[in-house]
Formats: sequence, structure tokens, C-alpha cells
Amino acid sequence: MGKTIQIQPVTRIEGHARVVIQLDDAGEVNDTRVHVMALRGFEKFAEGRPVEEMPRIVNRICGICPWNHHLASVKATDKVFGVELPPTAVKLRRMAQHLAWIPDKLLHFYFLAAPDFVIGPDADPSVRNVIGIVGAAPDLARKVVHLRQKGAMLLEDWLGKVIHPVAAVTGGFSTPLAAAIQQRIIEETKEQLEFAQFTIKFAKENVFPKYLDTVKILGNFDSGFLGTVTADGTWDIYDGKLRLMKRDGSYDDFTYEQYSDYLEEHVEGWSYVKMPYAKKWGEGFSMDLAAPKGIYRANCLARINVCDRMPTPLAQKELEEFRAAFGRPAQFTLLYHWARLIELVANCEMALQLAQDPAILSKDVRAQVTPKAGRGVGCVEAPRGTLIHDYTGDGEGFITNANLIVGSTHNQAPINMSVNAAAKALIHGGVVNQGLLNKVEMAVRAYDP
Amino acid sequence: MAVRVVSEWLSSCSGCEISILNLGDVILDLIPAKLQLVHIPALVDSKYFGPNGDGTHLTLPECEVGIISGGVRNEEQKEVALELRKKCKFLIALGTCATNGGIPAQANAWDNADVLNKVFKGSITTPPAETPTQVVPKLLDRVYALDEIPGLKVDIYLPGCPPHPDWIAAAILALLDGKTEFKLPERSVCDTCQVIREKKAAGGANIKRSLTNATFEAEEPIQKMRCLMEQGFLCLGPVTLAGCAGKEGNPRCIDARMPCRGCFGPIKKTSNPLVDMMGALTSVGINPQSVPDRRLILNRFIGAHNKLRPLPQRPGMPGPR
Ligand code: SF4
Ligand code: SF4
Ligand code: SF4
Repeated sequence: MGKTIQIQPVTRIEGHARVVIQLDDAGEVNDTRVHVMALRGFEKFAEGRPVEEMPRIVNRICGICPWNHHLASVKATDKVFGVELPPTAVKLRRMAQHLAWIPDKLLHFYFLAAPDFVIGPDADPSVRNVIGIVGAAPDLARKVVHLRQKGAMLLEDWLGKVIHPVAAVTGGFSTPLAAAIQQRIIEETKEQLEFAQFTIKFAKENVFPKYLDTVKILGNFDSGFLGTVTADGTWDIYDGKLRLMKRDGSYDDFTYEQYSDYLEEHVEGWSYVKMPYAKKWGEGFSMDLAAPKGIYRANCLARINVCDRMPTPLAQKELEEFRAAFGRPAQFTLLYHWARLIELVANCEMALQLAQDPAILSKDVRAQVTPKAGRGVGCVEAPRGTLIHDYTGDGEGFITNANLIVGSTHNQAPINMSVNAAAKALIHGGVVNQGLLNKVEMAVRAYDP
Repeated sequence: MAVRVVSEWLSSCSGCEISILNLGDVILDLIPAKLQLVHIPALVDSKYFGPNGDGTHLTLPECEVGIISGGVRNEEQKEVALELRKKCKFLIALGTCATNGGIPAQANAWDNADVLNKVFKGSITTPPAETPTQVVPKLLDRVYALDEIPGLKVDIYLPGCPPHPDWIAAAILALLDGKTEFKLPERSVCDTCQVIREKKAAGGANIKRSLTNATFEAEEPIQKMRCLMEQGFLCLGPVTLAGCAGKEGNPRCIDARMPCRGCFGPIKKTSNPLVDMMGALTSVGINPQSVPDRRLILNRFIGAHNKLRPLPQRPGMPGPR
């Protein structure tokens, strides 16, 4: 029997996982697994809750993307009760969605991912982190800390609670936008947009070029992709249709309600998290690197791959440059970091557009809601991927059934495969050290959040 | 010498850790001279089984301050929590999941088998499968708050879902100052709420579900809005510990014109929010029997400590109500 290596906790990701690498007698990688160790069971304790309470419960699925669960959930509740929303309510929810993404992207790029690229993948682990970044580039780090916090505080001053929000309600929004807050959103989002442009330029000039070789070898395989687009195929994170792209770039578009015709979840006996795969392709499920079956990926790289265009001019320019360099679909796993920054730019531009829309100040933000029996599927894009909340309610408006597919689960099988590919490429003859193991973890980190 | 901090997350959502990050400058000013983050999975590469992954026992580094978010749901989380307790001088329970079970403890109203069957056998997108058992830790019989686990003494409670960064900063600064205790002031959310109160219901004797917006003027400050409970909404402000807006400020949900759901947990360890809330409703003339989903809504964040447990199901009811 060869050696077993356990990496736990996987660090600088938002969540709990254990990577196990099994070496054979010759010290070559025999097998790898990424175990998700925790289970909470939201689908069960949803049962019996008043439908309209769901958006305030399921946001606790994730403290990084509570807005996204809040919004996917509230969209499902609208559909259960069959309500049409006032247009301004949709704009307010959308603006909250775009604003919530900005601090999150900054956090991920500068503080979770950048230590590997800026401090170095083999660096001493005691400095390969945000504190190391603060030491290496103190002014930039302070600026990121401030802008991240400013972004969070803006949402808090607008809508009370920023982590585990409450403002999106069945039928609309809990409060119209006050003119003073609108002005702040416009001003501060301009500043965020400027910094987003700086960030992507900085990354393209100083970070990505140094690692292009690593990008080509670390954790790669060809997969399909899942994301949301508008009716005309434009990138969108709040509403639209789902697009499932095959490895060859061809795709199917489908409505939220059709999700169960296209996706199914596979259970492995060694992980609490289920692994969604493309049932529609009719090839089953396999994580075999040489011949994967049913495997698609979600999250930013997926959204950038499935969309025909970006909704805003600066982001569109970035998309064109990215596509010219890597094609469509782009497959290299570490390109997630690049795609993430294109989305950072798009979110700033979209939030700014919405804030400048005169209709955003309308006082008509909530429709009349009457509980009735029904089913509703609500989806939005979370940073980690498409969220699917599917609720059924009884005649009095209490949940009788809930099915949830959350962003991070889409990438569970791909993460397992990327780790497998990375470990096999990096570990030979039983030589293992922390730098090599960190590179294996980088294959996980690319997907997060 | 710098105070070493080890932080761990158990059955949690990462929101508490984002609250630590939201300390911003406060923490940047302390690091690294006064405060050293030796182990915090979200930010720092420190591993249970050593840097080369060849250790045989789950090990955490020695430290002065241990911080745990999340409740205890499985065997491994229990092991992590007890290991940290052994290695730290002071243990902080961060967030309502750690202090009272939090939202995940809603599951305590069901048996584990019900929960697992729903996830692995009762989903329209999952072909029925056995519950995973290889490598993954076994679930405990229910969700526990930290202080329910024998041997897991908690020194400082910082509830909140998530806790406000002000209180995290205050607790850490108190410990850096050589103090051994820190407590949030024992006030209710209502005590810090600036809405207009007239001590009587304005919207009839029955609770209104959150299906309509409260009555208020968007351009007017919160001080001009009538109390949400008096408007007829279920607001858990009377029985919930204050502090969600930090050291000062109006309660967070009320600012969004939404009623409180009790995310900071009870005002005192000994209080009985369920009974007290019934009293608060009655006192303004609202019929407490009209609260829908009463047992779970009034225990939404505090299902540990045996507050929620499986009850026999009534026929025709989808779940415990
Ligand atoms: S207390 Fe709230 S924020 Fe903290 S881990 Fe629990 S659910 Fe998340
Ligand atoms: S019941 Fe709610 S709205 Fe009324 S004073 Fe208390 S916290 Fe404020
Ligand atoms: S108002 Fe209540 S539910 Fe809302 S944040 Fe404050 S304590 Fe939590």
C-alpha cells in the first residue's frame, strides 16, 4: 500500500473540504478525492414554512452569496403565488444583485487568489495570504480593504442588512429607493468601476502573463458549461433562460421550470454534496479525465463562455479580447480568475446604469400578494454558479416541497477532476511538499467563489 | 508578544467570517504586531494534518484566542471544536449558530433519517441513493450549540447572524487589554429601535404575514415609522438581544422596513423567548395564536439547547408547524 496524503482544511476557499491523494508503491498518484464533509438539509426544514419566509431563511445557505440565495428564493416565491412585479421592484432587486457582487469579486481576487500569484505558489505558507499581500503592496491592499468595505457599507446603509439581507420580498421590494441613497450609489459605483478597470489592467499586465504556463497545465480537462443569458443571448446574472453548452460549443437553451429535464444529481458514497451533471446529453456521469461524461462547469468562466455578448461596452471589449486569446468555450481552469474580473467590470457598469435610470425612484415597489397553491422555480447566478430554488406550496401558502441546486455543487465533479489532473501532473516518485500541495489546492481555489 | 488567534468554522455559512473581514482597518492596524492569525481556513494556509498532509491526527496550533463559528452537527466538527478548546486560553463562540444553533438547528424539529432521506431519496433531480458513509463524518443526532458539548466551555458569546464587527472588535480589544470577560449589553432590539410606539395594535387583532409592505414614507427617517409589531407584523424585537447595528444605530431589518426575526438570539441565557413573545403580542392587543408556523418561527435561530425537537406529525401537515 502506498501513502495517503490529506489536505484539510482546503484553505482560502469559502467552505469546508478535504482533499485525499492516494499514492501507489512507486509514489505515483493512484486516485484523488475531494470530500465535502458537511450537510445541513435546508430542503427538509423548508417544509411547512410560510412561503414568503423562505428568502429570509435560505440566505443562510451561504454567507458569501446570501444576496443570490435571497433573490433566487424570492423569485421562486413570486411564482408560487403567481404575482407580477412592478418594474421598479425588478430594477431594485437587480441593482442589489450587481452591487453585492462587487465586494465579493475584490475579496476573491486580491485576498484569496492573489497570494498564489503575487506571493508565489511555493512561498512560505505563513506569508502566502492576505497579510503577505499587505506586506508586499501595502497601499494597494489598503485600497482594496477600503473599497470592499465601502461596497458592503453602501448596501447596508441602503438596505439594512448586507449579510443575510431581507429587502427582497414576495411580490417586490420592502422599500423604495430614497433619492439621497441613489446619489451615493451613483458616486460610489463610479469609483468602483474605475478600480475595476485598474484591476483587470493590472492583472493582464502583471499577473496573468507570468502564469500562462501554469494556466496551461494546472487542473485542465474539457467540459461543458452552464449559465444564464437573456432572451437574445446576452450575459445576465438576475434573470433570463439557462444555457447548457457542450464541450464542442453547441448549446441548448431552456426555461427554469425545465431544469429537471436537463440536470440530474449524482451521489458518491464519499461526499455529502451531490454532483449535478447534464442528464440531457444521455451519456450518464463519469469523472474519468480521458472520457468525462455529463460533466459541465458553472461560475464565471461558464457564464463568459455561454454568453453571446456582454451587456455593457467596457465588459464587451474585455470579452472580445479574452475570446480572441482563448476561443469559445475557453477550457483552462485558471482562466476562471480572468473571467471573474470581466464580470467585475460588468457588474459595476450594470449597477451604474440601473442607479441612473429615473424609474428606479418609483414608489411602486410591491404587488398585491395572495397565498395560493402552486409551484415556482427561481434562478439567479451566484458567483459560484447558477442557483435553482424550486418550491411547491399548499393552498394556505406553506411549503410542501423544496428542491435546491446551489451554485457550488455544479462544480463538485469538475473540482474533483481538476484536483485529479493537477495531482497527477505535479506529484511523482513520492515527492510531496507544501508548495506542490498548494498547487493542487489552486485547482480548487480557481472555482471559488 | 502578539496574541495568536485560531479560528474555525463548523456547521456554518461563512457569514461570520465575512463579518471578521468587515473589521477592515481595525484588524489591519493590529496585524501582525499585536494580533497574529495563525489558523483561519478562509484566509491562511494552516492544515490539520501538517503542511505535507502526512500527519495522522487532526491538530490545531496553540493559541491565546480561539474563535468558533457554526454549531456542531457532526463527529468531525465536534473533534475540531474540542481540539481548539484544548489549544486556546479563551474560546469565543462567534455567531448565533455557535451560541444557539442558528438556522441549521431548524433541522432539530426532524429526525436525522427524515433529513437524510429528503436529501438523498426525496429530490426530483436525484435518483434515490444511500446516505454517503465513506470518509464523511457521521452526523450527531441533532445540531448542538457549542456549550452543549461536554468539555466545550465557552468564555465569550458573540451572537448574531452574523455578529456585528463592532462586537468582534470590542471582544478582541478587551482580550488584548488583559480582560477575561466580554458581554454584549443586555438590552432588547426594541430598546434600540427608534420607531414610534403607542403600545397598542394599529392593524387589528391578528398577525399579518409578510405579504404586504409596512406603512411608511420612503424619504422619511425611521423615527417617523410606526412600530412594525403595532402595525400587525410579527417582529421579534421584544425578545431579541440588541446589537445587530453595532454599538449604536437602529436595528438592521427595521431599517429595511422589515420585522426582526430574532437573529441575535435571546436577551439572557435564562429567558424564554417563546413565552415572552406571546406576552408582548398580547400586551399590544394581538392574538398570539394567530402567528403562523409559531413553533419554528419563534425558534428560528435558537433551535439548539433542546428548544426544537421532533414532534409526532399531525396528519395532512407537511411538516412541524
Ligand atoms: S451565525 Fe449566521 S452568519 Fe454566522 S455561520 Fe451561522 S448562519 Fe452564518
Ligand atoms: S417590535 Fe420591532 S418595530 Fe417595534 S419597536 Fe420592537 S423592534 Fe422596533
Ligand atoms: S433586526 Fe432582528 S433579525 Fe434583523 S438583524 Fe437585528 S436582530 Fe437580526
